[in-house]
Amino acid sequence: MNTKKGTTVMTRPSEGPGSGLTESSAGLLRELVAHLRQNRTQLREEWARRITRAELLTAMTEEEIFAEATAVYDNYVEALETGTFEALQAYSRRLSERIIPRGVETDEVVGIVLLLRDVLARSLFTKYQDNVEKLNRILDSYEPAANRIANTVAVGFVEERERIIRQQQEAIRELSTPVLQVRERLLILPIIGVIDPQRARQLTEQLLRAIRANRAKVVVIDVTGVAAMDSGVANHLVQTVEASRLLGATVIVTGLSPEIAQTLVTIGVDLSEMATVGDLQGGIEEAERLLADRAPPSPPMRGELPPETSR
Amino acid sequence: MEVPILRQGQYLIASIQSALTDADLSHLREALIAQVGRSRCRGVIVDVTALDVMDSFAVRTLRDIAHMARLRGAETVIVGIQPDVAFAMVQLGLTLKGVATVLDLEEGLAFLDGRTKERTLEVKPKRPSGRG
Repeated sequence: MNTKKGTTVMTRPSEGPGSGLTESSAGLLRELVAHLRQNRTQLREEWARRITRAELLTAMTEEEIFAEATAVYDNYVEALETGTFEALQAYSRRLSERIIPRGVETDEVVGIVLLLRDVLARSLFTKYQDNVEKLNRILDSYEPAANRIANTVAVGFVEERERIIRQQQEAIRELSTPVLQVRERLLILPIIGVIDPQRARQLTEQLLRAIRANRAKVVVIDVTGVAAMDSGVANHLVQTVEASRLLGATVIVTGLSPEIAQTLVTIGVDLSEMATVGDLQGGIEEAERLLADRAPPSPPMRGELPPETSR
Repeated sequence: MEVPILRQGQYLIASIQSALTDADLSHLREALIAQVGRSRCRGVIVDVTALDVMDSFAVRTLRDIAHMARLRGAETVIVGIQPDVAFAMVQLGLTLKGVATVLDLEEGLAFLDGRTKERTLEVKPKRPSGRG
């Protein structure tokens, strides 16, 4: 679509240029709107039929398509009549909210709006076929408005999609770094997906906070879900291990894949300070061993809990 | 700014209350090392909870305290490093290698208890040498 947002002007080589046209264009538009109102039922049905024939909106039933078509049609005519697009914008946003979750694609939405434009243009052709000059003038006032409407609906749809994508990204970012407490003093940090510098930083911050909040002694970082690791991320991991040690927690890294192990050794990242265990299960076992070693000294401080003797 | 050094059983506790100048830090080091010998204590706890900045001099002083105290017969543990401070230190390469660090004072006391017990256990059992 080569139209710019907002200002859609289609000039066509018409016989009746400029001056006389602008005077009567309001009147022509009124005539046009009256025509569309009059033939509402018929045009609407034709449009819905063409939508079905073009196999658009396959995710929706025929009744739904017809209901939406009616609403779009009325909004369309209203926008043509008043020249204001706020109501249409609001409607297209609500429509997008409803249909995006059902898997309706951008090309479908653009497709149906363009179909409506075509259906209406055809009906104008039929109506004014005896009077080509008038047809031209009617089209002159109809086309810019129609194009702008198509634009508005499409932009509304895309904006809604982008809003949803942004929202989901946010949600993924929050979800992506859960620090889980498995038992007292033992945390697990499963890392899944790609680690970029920003996420790595967030991971570390969350982990350090969680260590303090949960008074963790041992942390198992599981990287089974990490596909690749470059030197930057590896160094960050080493730093995280060091920082955790400063807070008094031992870190065990588990689930380094063969590829990552090879890469890390090849690029020469120094992982000698890092305790690593093959898989998460082994990591937790190792962590429990460490916790058992450290457990004895802690009880006497508070008298509330007797040391666990029976279970 | 003087850092109070408290005695708690076998341990000395130095609780840093506010940002320290380099001179203050040096003073703390000397005072601690002197007291370790005088009071025959087995452990030293340096509490840095109140510090939100830790520069290279501070880190080096803490490390020196740990090594010197060990020479004088006491274990040292640094407690209360803030998460942000910890990460900043690591990024600057100040990792306090060879020095014990734990979460807070309570953990520090537990750590030293464990350590001193270990040491007494190491000394006590006089088994006939060799295990088979």
